[in-house]
Amino acid sequence: MRQLDRETITIPPDGRPENVQPRWRKDFPIDWPQDNYVARRDFTKFMVLTSLAFAVGQLWIAAQNFFRKRRGELPMNRIATVDQIPVGGLLNFSYPTANDKCVLVRSDAQTFVAYDQRCSHLSCAVVPKPSENRIDCPCHEGVFELSTGLPIAGPPRRPLSRIKLEVRQGAIYATEIEKRAI
Amino acid sequence: MEFFVDPNRCIGCQACVQACSECETHKGHSMIHLEYVDRAHSVQTAPVVCMHCDSPTCAEVCPADAIKRTADGVVQTARKPRCIACNNCVLACPFGVPKMETEFKLMMKCDMCYDRTSAGKRPMCATVCPSQALFFGTREQIEQLRPRSNAVNRFVFGDQTITTKVNMMVPKYGRAEYVDVTSAMGEQTIGKNITLNILMDGMYNEEDVQ
Repeated sequence: MRQLDRETITIPPDGRPENVQPRWRKDFPIDWPQDNYVARRDFTKFMVLTSLAFAVGQLWIAAQNFFRKRRGELPMNRIATVDQIPVGGLLNFSYPTANDKCVLVRSDAQTFVAYDQRCSHLSCAVVPKPSENRIDCPCHEGVFELSTGLPIAGPPRRPLSRIKLEVRQGAIYATEIEKRAI
Repeated sequence: MEFFVDPNRCIGCQACVQACSECETHKGHSMIHLEYVDRAHSVQTAPVVCMHCDSPTCAEVCPADAIKRTADGVVQTARKPRCIACNNCVLACPFGVPKMETEFKLMMKCDMCYDRTSAGKRPMCATVCPSQALFFGTREQIEQLRPRSNAVNRFVFGDQTITTKVNMMVPKYGRAEYVDVTSAMGEQTIGKNITLNILMDGMYNEEDVQ
């Protein structure tokens, strides 16, 4: 029986030795053992590069946190006086910039809540309905709870961003945005 | 142990075809071809199994890197996750071995009964062949059994020279056959042109039919 060297069993059609063959022959070998072969060096390279990517990702997250803190605190904006809004009344305002539309709801005499008006699903403007204790999104019939902003029906999965409020001397101030993932 | 094919001894009994299609790995699909050499003139048949080339043309032309050769030199059926059923191998094989099973969208071919031969058993077709046109054994055995034949495993197709794992038995003192396929390409194929006078003249005249 013909005995062939296991490393070079398949002879290329032109019959020339392996070292003068084009590179793709090494990448797409015909022989089963070579096709399934993963060199220890290739495996190590894969492991090193993958763990390097993970390490760089951690540094990236740390850097993002650092720059977020450097950006400083949001301004404290005066929105309205308490007397301007009746119980169950709404007020549209912008916070922190003129392009960020928010809505303020007075659900009872003592309680004020404010949310970013963009729906967490696809950023439609949501409509609070204090009488039904819910916030509706007209686009895809998403529903949020009025008191917490948590999604209770429809496609949204994340709660609305809440605007933290402060009442000082009969006036309502927006102090911070609370972005929530869950 | 080597495979020897001797088309001279084939009696066309189809036992190999039936045995092959009994295999559990491709039940109902025979991987062996039983070809009629010149059907209009002769009942001579020739079994065609995969020759398991040292440089498999089917694998060379495969664009999906699907056809692989195992360490013992057996060219396997296309690997199912890779085969794209493009038929390149079917067209390229000089022996006409690969079969496109459109049902499975997979090229399937004779793998010399890999489950059997890798465990030291003979391929199914060689075990059932009554005339031993398909013989699986040692070289000493075949030399003793067929003293007037030579085992050949080198074939020339145009500029391509192919050496194979499977041997073809040829008469010892004959000369190498040379077939010029390209010069005959303009001719009508014999298979479609029945020249035997089996139909009597005027057999189907209109008057006779009425």
